Amino acid sequence: MKKIFSRPKSLKTAAFHYCGGCGHSIAHRLIAEAIDELDIQDRIIGVPPAGCAVIAYNYFDIDMLESPHGRGCAVATGIKRVLPDRVVFSYQGDGDLAAIGTAETFHAANRGENITVIFINNAVYGMTGGQMAPTTLLGQVSTTTPPGRSALLDGHPIHFSEILGQLPGTMYIERCAVNTPANILKAKKAVKKAFRYQMDNVGFSLIEILSQCPTNWKMSPIEACGWVNEVMIKEYPLGIIKDSKR
Amino acid sequence: MQGNRVIGEAAIRAGCRFYAGYPITPQNELTEYMADNMRRAKGGTFIQAESEIAAVNMVLGASAAGARAMTSSSSPGISLKQEGISSLAADELPAVIVNIMRGGPGLGNILPSQGDYFQATRGGGHGDYRTIVLAPASVQELADLTMDAFDLADRYRNPVLILADGMMGQMSEPVEFSEPAPRQYPECYVLNGKGQGKSKFIRALILDAIRMEEHNWKLYRKYQVITQKEVRFETFWTDDAEILIVAYGTAARIAKGAIKRSRELGIPVGLIRPITLWPFPMDVIRAFAERVDNFLVFEMNTGQMIEDVQLALAGVGKVHFYGRPGGVIPTPAELAKVIAYHARKK
Repeated sequence: MKKIFSRPKSLKTAAFHYCGGCGHSIAHRLIAEAIDELDIQDRIIGVPPAGCAVIAYNYFDIDMLESPHGRGCAVATGIKRVLPDRVVFSYQGDGDLAAIGTAETFHAANRGENITVIFINNAVYGMTGGQMAPTTLLGQVSTTTPPGRSALLDGHPIHFSEILGQLPGTMYIERCAVNTPANILKAKKAVKKAFRYQMDNVGFSLIEILSQCPTNWKMSPIEACGWVNEVMIKEYPLGIIKDSKR
Repeated sequence: MQGNRVIGEAAIRAGCRFYAGYPITPQNELTEYMADNMRRAKGGTFIQAESEIAAVNMVLGASAAGARAMTSSSSPGISLKQEGISSLAADELPAVIVNIMRGGPGLGNILPSQGDYFQATRGGGHGDYRTIVLAPASVQELADLTMDAFDLADRYRNPVLILADGMMGQMSEPVEFSEPAPRQYPECYVLNGKGQGKSKFIRALILDAIRMEEHNWKLYRKYQVITQKEVRFETFWTDDAEILIVAYGTAARIAKGAIKRSRELGIPVGLIRPITLWPFPMDVIRAFAERVDNFLVFEMNTGQMIEDVQLALAGVGKVHFYGRPGGVIPTPAELAKVIAYHARKK
């Protein structure tokens, strides 16, 4: 009998601590599958963020260096410049990447650092309890926008991937989601492609993943997956934002 | 050769292969020297970062990846780097951070000052940690201490600060570079991909209180060893001294001039110059108190190191203070008058 499905080699056996229905565990798994399929477990280095994924090193069976909040792209830059033949990725949430880490992300992209960024967009600060993120939608209720996000008072949802797409230093940017089996497969393909671009020295790549956060959205996991489809994707359309090799 | 450039040259000779910095006066010549010369070093990387915060975090990544790494700045920029310095200490990663101090607080000015003593010697950022702080008082010492800083950082896997000021950075003196010892840094601490072995991770977040406490005590024990082994100081004309000046860096140079003038007038005054500000030469100062009653702490600030001197003396003897903050450079003649005043009062 042939074994056709098992735990990816690049994941440890520890059980995820993530809430039921959270997109992080799916994102972790598909990154691990991509690492396995590219056979780079021995030479990939990951940079987990501050946020829900802060202890990603408990799950990935690869070398990892935790970054201070928002500095993932600076830390990854330091690693990659010293070890150009390793594959280096940073894993960051929306607050980490598009608020406190705006400068580090923007300038690593502008320098065209040959790194990959996995950008988890769930439209809230998850770990701290559901505060407004830079990507929170207009009208969306969070613990710091109790009446819903107001453009006048709180500003607009940031489309960071599109902004980075404007920079000549970025080579591949795609927005994906992990709310349906079809979207998960597309996301995995995108992650794999980003890693492959890095291995081919193409340059900076970023995969944005719309990720459900049922706990802070105060929804059931199924409702949360539906909300991604019905609301989030309308604000943040899926697809390739930039691909220099196309 | 100019002080700022000497730091750069000494770092490259010591095997520094990663430098990230951000422009700020009065240390720009160091950043520019690295831009010019890092690329000639095999495998060397120079990055002009988008901010001080980014620069120190790049150093964090480079250090974890196994490179000797350095960043530099001046006072306001060092404040921005504290997040990264705290993380380096927590992660037990070696790095060298240069602070060419200027007047403060806030943006202050661009003139020489010693206003960052508290920040440098008390960790600087958040959390329970220390950094080794080296205070050069000549261009030659900038070269020697920069090389030593990399060795100390590796030996203790801890950030090391070089605390100089705008005067040290801008002045030129003859310098000889010594031959650096080969680097000894165990491969097991380097994060370079798991290879065929076990995967490694480096992290500062420890959610469990007991394990966090263990980590804090582990760091504490390391700091105890540093306190016992790494204290450095210089004494000058102390044998028959009845007044002892305690000063470091540029202030110590000025003090030497003032002491020569005072000695010509027959005033028995000498100098204790801490070279390591942390660990501070507590025992040395305490030992002098057995026979000397008068200590004059001289700093280019309103009185910061004086607290360590008072701590060392624990109420024994008299501690006087003379300081000029804000970028004013006191003259030896000015300090000699202060010495004469205390000699008369004695």
